[in-house]
Amino acid sequence: MFRWIFISTLILAGQAVILANTFRVCKACPAFSIKEAIKVAKSCDTIYVESGIYTEGNIVIDKELTLIGIGRPILDGEGKTEIITIAANHVHFEGFVIRNVGISYSQDRAGIRVKEASDFYVKNNRVENAFFGIYLQKSRNGTIEGNEMVGEAKDEVSSGNAIHLWYCDNVLIINNITYGHRDGIYLEFVNFSTVQGNHSERNVRYGLHFMFSNDDVYRGNTFLDNGAGVAVMYSRRIGMFSNVFQKNWGPAAYGLLLKEIHDSNIEGNTFQENTVGIFAETSNRIVYTKNNFIQNGWALKISGGCQQNNLLANNFLGNSFDLAVHSAGTDNLFDGNFWSDYAGYDLDKNGIGDVPHRPMKLFSYVVSNTPESLVLLRSLFVDILNFSEKVSPIFTPENVVDNKPLLKKFTIYD
Amino acid sequence: MISIHLLQKSFGKNHVLKGVDLTFDQPGIVAVLGPNGSGKTTIIKSILGMVLPDEGTIKVQGEDIKGKWLYRNQIAYLPQIARFPENLTVAELLRMVKDLNTGKTHDEELIKLFGLETFLDKRLGNLSGGTRQKVNLVLTFMYDCPIIIMDEPTAGLDPISLVRLKELIHNQRLIGKTILITTHVMSLVEELADEVVFLLEGHIHFRGSLKKLEEMTGEANVEKATAKLLQPPS
Amino acid sequence: MLKILKYSFYDLIRSRWTYSYGGFYLLFTLSLLWLSNDLSKVVISLMNVVLLLCPLIATMFGVMYYYNSREFTELLLAQPVRRTSIFLGQYLGVASSLSASWVIGVGLPFALYGVFGSDQAGNFAMLLFVGVVLSFVFSAIAFYIALKNENRIKGFGLAILAWLFFAVIYDGLLLLSLSLLTEYPLEKFSLIASLLNPIDLSRILILLKLDVSALMGFTGAVFRKFLGTGFGMSIAFGVLLLWVVLPVFCIKRVAGKKDF
Repeated sequence: MFRWIFISTLILAGQAVILANTFRVCKACPAFSIKEAIKVAKSCDTIYVESGIYTEGNIVIDKELTLIGIGRPILDGEGKTEIITIAANHVHFEGFVIRNVGISYSQDRAGIRVKEASDFYVKNNRVENAFFGIYLQKSRNGTIEGNEMVGEAKDEVSSGNAIHLWYCDNVLIINNITYGHRDGIYLEFVNFSTVQGNHSERNVRYGLHFMFSNDDVYRGNTFLDNGAGVAVMYSRRIGMFSNVFQKNWGPAAYGLLLKEIHDSNIEGNTFQENTVGIFAETSNRIVYTKNNFIQNGWALKISGGCQQNNLLANNFLGNSFDLAVHSAGTDNLFDGNFWSDYAGYDLDKNGIGDVPHRPMKLFSYVVSNTPESLVLLRSLFVDILNFSEKVSPIFTPENVVDNKPLLKKFTIYD
Repeated sequence: MISIHLLQKSFGKNHVLKGVDLTFDQPGIVAVLGPNGSGKTTIIKSILGMVLPDEGTIKVQGEDIKGKWLYRNQIAYLPQIARFPENLTVAELLRMVKDLNTGKTHDEELIKLFGLETFLDKRLGNLSGGTRQKVNLVLTFMYDCPIIIMDEPTAGLDPISLVRLKELIHNQRLIGKTILITTHVMSLVEELADEVVFLLEGHIHFRGSLKKLEEMTGEANVEKATAKLLQPPS
Repeated sequence: MLKILKYSFYDLIRSRWTYSYGGFYLLFTLSLLWLSNDLSKVVISLMNVVLLLCPLIATMFGVMYYYNSREFTELLLAQPVRRTSIFLGQYLGVASSLSASWVIGVGLPFALYGVFGSDQAGNFAMLLFVGVVLSFVFSAIAFYIALKNENRIKGFGLAILAWLFFAVIYDGLLLLSLSLLTEYPLEKFSLIASLLNPIDLSRILILLKLDVSALMGFTGAVFRKFLGTGFGMSIAFGVLLLWVVLPVFCIKRVAGKKDF
């Protein structure tokens, strides 16, 4: 509260000429509807909405206003309409519960829509049972912070995204929580934006989804038990740092899916217990470094047409398969990683194994052709197969080899 | 006590018993003789239920033994080769047999008789062949069974034990038991047997007292008599 | 039967084979724990060992014990005891002494390292269970083979072959048929095929513990249902127990009909 007065004061200071008014909305107040308050308010005014249930249909904020909910007022759409539309610059919207937007197959209804606006600040709201949670279109220079989106999506068709950005620039999406939507966070044609510290869980498609977006960064997010953790598609120069990808299980479930991604960095992430840690398709010039791959089905699957990828100084710990490479590609490097099933030795005690390690096993190749053969994992016969292939590689690409395998785990923070 | 009726048994193509009829209803010692492969052991094992007959019935004490097992406490059996679990002691083995049977035991007297006192805590795997045979004899005679069956009882025994065994068998006969013995030691037969059953190629070739055998073959010596039985009549 | 079991067990538990078998596990587990000091890693290593060693030793030991106690068995057969009791008693004696070696040999070092109460307790319990079941299954198969074959050399050969079949050849054939039949739906086939081999079945129980992430990558609904739920686990347990019962039943049948 105190902080808000402070920020409002800043805004006031910025526009010193105009003196801002405040309005209260409650059952006993002079203005008892939000719409009415917006109507009478002028730019730079602040509207406080007290707790209660408001069923006012679609509320359009078309002025530079600050709307603050006190005691979590509830805006209920009764399943019929979109609820908040922000259609002006410098709008601050905070502290509301927005619920029951209702599914529509003809329009992308949202709990909160930001429409062609800039310098918006959407904070600490809770959106329940919405089709789309927060929908940003053609907007820039704003922040989405600390919101919680809770949905109960069953399938991709009848659900929307929790946070959806379309043609946006320079947006900060920070510390939000999303459950049970189609995508947790969706970015299409979004550049120079940051996604940080968010938590995406049980979304039916992806925890975070990039399409045709360049020069973005996401860091410190957690993606748990989504259809797939993160999908990065048709994008360039994406930084992916210190995220956790966990328990994304299923036939098409990946911790991280890369499709036609170029010139990107994947660093310091943890991929744990995913069916596939990272699946990369036609992705070039990617640096994978200092990541932990722990107990995944496949730590890393690289399909054809991936070139100049560098896999350096990662930890591979107890994965069923460390690496599956479809075709050798060119100029891919796999050096200096720690592989928990490395069986070599280090006579000169320099911490680097004296024998190169081949992370791609023959059985991995067999399983990619005949998935059902997975039931033979860890059988003696398969061990014999793998061993004979290790001695003289025939099926697995010969240049998939770590020439400097580490003997001890790479510790990221020491 | 034991009656065998039309007993037939083949092992694969080998037709070992071809309809044997045999009854032992008197107390006494019967020596079952015959060349190797004539079916002596098969008959004995059939009585014990170890070999299952193809045809025919066997009754022990008037009861058909097919599918039965309790009747075996009427029979004491001394097998030809005695090998016991290596890591059990003699005492444990005796206890085991006592666990499996019921009735009064004479094991202490028998242990004394064969001088086995010092071996009771020894492991069976460490005993000599002769000592094992003595243990075997103790197991056989420790219960008062009306029928005793012995397969080569004298194998590996020292002369003193042999004398004692003969005494033992003799005593058992005196208290009215039916005793079947197979052996190749003809002196034993001469010494002990009341009756001889001679098997040949799955049939009973001869049955009768030693006297009858002598009359028939004109040989007082059993060894020669049996040899004569094997020759075609001239 | 219990009396025979008791004395067979007494006999076996004092044999140097049992000692060396248990001692091997003890040393092996201790040295693994000593070297890595990481319970979960050692559990994983042992899971690979149990699938290989328990069936092999149980097979060898079962055959050996049967042939070694052949003459004593004859003596027992002349006792007033039911035939099948003798063989079941002896079989249970072998299986339980093998299991005791395994459980003590592996369990003691783990207990020393405090497995109970750690997060590995579940996996460890599974490891012990699989070892015990495999000992029971394969000593039963060995007994059955020995009962069927008077000739020791032949019996030994067949028993080794049976082990080799279940441990290696079966999986080879399965893999071959899977890769030849890729056009057909193979889900049910591969699942059922794994159920028919006790080693594969135990392996799948272990996979469900260690590799569930990879197993969830299956596209087929049958797989997902089988592997993803308690359903699969309980079926696997059920069939594994069936694998103990079945050879035991065969032993009973053969023992009832055999001449000695």
